[in-house]
Amino acid sequence: MDINQYLEIFIEESKENLQNMNEALLKLENDKDEIELVHEIFRVAHTLKGMSATMGFGKIAHFTHEMEDILQSVRSGEVRITDNIIDVLFQCLDVLEEYINNIVETGSEGDKDYSHLLVKLHEAINPENSQVVEEVKEEVAATVENTIETTEEVQLNENGRIEIEIDEFTKNAILKSVKDGFNSFKLKIELNQNCMLKSARAFIIFNTLEKDGEIVKANPTVEDIEDENFEYTFELVIISRSDGNEILERIKSISEIENVHIETIMEKAKETVTEPVKETVKAEKKKIEPKKTANKEEKARNSKPKLGKTVRVDIDRLDNLMNLVSELIITRSRLTDMEETTKKQDMNESIEYLERITTNLHDAVMKVRMVPIERVFNRFPRMVRDLSKELGKEISLIMSGEETEVDRTVIDEIGDPLIHLIRNSIDHGIENPEERIKNGKSEIGTVKLIAYPDGNSVVIEVEDDGGGINIDKVKNKAKDNGLITEEQMSTIDDRDALQLLFKSGFSTADKISDISGRGVGLDVVKTKIESLGGAVEVQSTRLRGSKFIIRLPLTLAIIQALLVNVGEEKYAIALNSIKEIVTIKSENIRKIQEQEVVLYRDTTLPLLRMEKILDVSTNEENKEDLIVVVVKKGEQVAGFIVDGLIGQQEIVIKSLGKFLAGINIIAGATILGNGQVALIVDTNSLL
Amino acid sequence: MSENVQLLENQYVLFKLGKEYYGIDIHNVQTIEKVIDITRVPHSPAYVEGVINLRGEIIPVINLRTRLNLENVQVTSESRIIITKCDEIIVGLLVDSSSEVISLDEIQLEDAPKVSENISEKNIKGIGKDKDRIIILLDIEGILQS
Repeated sequence: MDINQYLEIFIEESKENLQNMNEALLKLENDKDEIELVHEIFRVAHTLKGMSATMGFGKIAHFTHEMEDILQSVRSGEVRITDNIIDVLFQCLDVLEEYINNIVETGSEGDKDYSHLLVKLHEAINPENSQVVEEVKEEVAATVENTIETTEEVQLNENGRIEIEIDEFTKNAILKSVKDGFNSFKLKIELNQNCMLKSARAFIIFNTLEKDGEIVKANPTVEDIEDENFEYTFELVIISRSDGNEILERIKSISEIENVHIETIMEKAKETVTEPVKETVKAEKKKIEPKKTANKEEKARNSKPKLGKTVRVDIDRLDNLMNLVSELIITRSRLTDMEETTKKQDMNESIEYLERITTNLHDAVMKVRMVPIERVFNRFPRMVRDLSKELGKEISLIMSGEETEVDRTVIDEIGDPLIHLIRNSIDHGIENPEERIKNGKSEIGTVKLIAYPDGNSVVIEVEDDGGGINIDKVKNKAKDNGLITEEQMSTIDDRDALQLLFKSGFSTADKISDISGRGVGLDVVKTKIESLGGAVEVQSTRLRGSKFIIRLPLTLAIIQALLVNVGEEKYAIALNSIKEIVTIKSENIRKIQEQEVVLYRDTTLPLLRMEKILDVSTNEENKEDLIVVVVKKGEQVAGFIVDGLIGQQEIVIKSLGKFLAGINIIAGATILGNGQVALIVDTNSLL
Repeated sequence: MSENVQLLENQYVLFKLGKEYYGIDIHNVQTIEKVIDITRVPHSPAYVEGVINLRGEIIPVINLRTRLNLENVQVTSESRIIITKCDEIIVGLLVDSSSEVISLDEIQLEDAPKVSENISEKNIKGIGKDKDRIIILLDIEGILQS
């Protein structure tokens, strides 16, 4: 069996499982008595164990197995969840994530060893009697060695010598289980030579044994047995509640088995367990529990389809589909152009039909690419938890609108900027508890993460109820960094001052600054978001908190655009950045320090001549009436003077490729109906 | 790559700029196209003629004359755009004419002359001799580096 073909599925599912574990842990931290959450974590560990063992990732399997063991003692009510346990469990989660990430990167789980964490976990579970346990362990270990020796003697006298070795890990498992009242055995099972489906037979044997016990080791390995990589015999080490005879009887009742040898490694060591009475109760409990969880698992499985039927699709295939749709749209525009010249009724109809189909198809493909923003959001609760612990601030994270859908490409890119903003909010925005109380606020800080669709874009807000941004300090800092002059400092209004935070020069110096460090890397955030065709702005009220608003386009590939003439050339401007189109008289243009402006609706509108920006040679004499496309970017507005308007059209954005990647004012190209190429002007870079 | 393979693989697409013959390794060439509508790209380097729509793909076109500091001439019906690919970058090269593919053996190849007019050294991989013709073998990677 080629395991690698399942690797991607394994990774995807493991990530999902770890995410579930993460969520369960976060909830458990707030509600330590909710045993269902422990079950959930246990289930995840168990699933991971199974999956990773199948894939041959022994370290993960081992690790999760140990976690399972420990969680079991919580499940059985032996141990109460403490903060310490949660912390260690989180660390375990990190380790698992690291293993999985390693697999993603290198295909193997890596060779790091984290047994110290498991030791920590053991200690966390048994804080007081860890010493006692140690002693008991030693005692038991001694007996185990003795028993093993004696059994070996026995083996020599028998024909069916059992060769399976007991390694350190198995020994530990045995020790622990014996303490819990299990017996442990070595088994050698010989199948009938006529046995047809050896692995299936082995599976039945495993199932029988696992009814009241567990297989801790197999020779050959379980995977090999499942793959029929064995002759007719295999050996097992099991721990079981039953005694040897019972097991023997049960296996013998399975058909096609030639021979079974059983050796006792250790019998339950009742004397080492403190309270025999508790013991029996526990045993009963355990008997009931597996049923309960089984039911729940079934329930969970049944409820899964309700989440929506999903198919994992290779993104390249989607892109291909998307390209085909783009082609179709281009052809449609071409037909629409033609229609003006050949005015035939049936042609009109078929064009309308084509239009409807392409629009629907476009929608459908776009929807396939849409993913709920939850994918990004779900990593934040953990981050906030860790940060608040690290910084000693209590923070409650409120998230809403996780179901809002965004394009895949956006999802992949938006994570880092958001992490940045949330970090900033917690680290610098929210004050220390004492300070909060002094300011008459609740001790617990709040960070809100909100997403919602707004027309053709998606808005994500990161809001905190911290101290807000000290605008005076921002101004001072900007002046020190040479971003504004002394003179500007006194004239600049608050809104513009806040915009200074996003300037690249702002962040570099003095990283942990006293203006709550709000400038750190914000230029990076801004660049990233603008590269996605979005915009970011900030609002802040002193002592009340601040709010970052990110606006992103729903999709990046097909947009509505306005086509304009500049000289002989055609250019496209994205419609969602256009505020309006006006005509002005050239005599109304005034010059302020070489900058042309026009008074428009009682505000001064800066003007930019497209032909100058784009180096278009026009030999036209100065016209009297000028067409101005008013473009907005956040709060900023400017007018672009163009030579003529062609009209609004749906265009497909195509990249200019790596070779021309450095040209800032061009956002890409598009193919017009007649096959010509028109360039898309990136108005954002011009404002 | 063993030398044997190299010998077999020494095939070049031939084209002309003025009177001179040039060659590009055939592995770098995707297709040869007639000159179609080229859209100028503002703020691009001077040797970038613009972009074309090649069956739905946007491809930048370099004017090889400008790139090699040769005198510029009008596009004629003989002019061609050679679509080349190098390290995932697809670029068209505008040349005066192109018609054949030739094989050059190792013995027909020479290192680039140290002193050469107009053409900077890093753009030339070597010189090929085919009967009386001298063929300047271009280094695409060098051409694409600005």
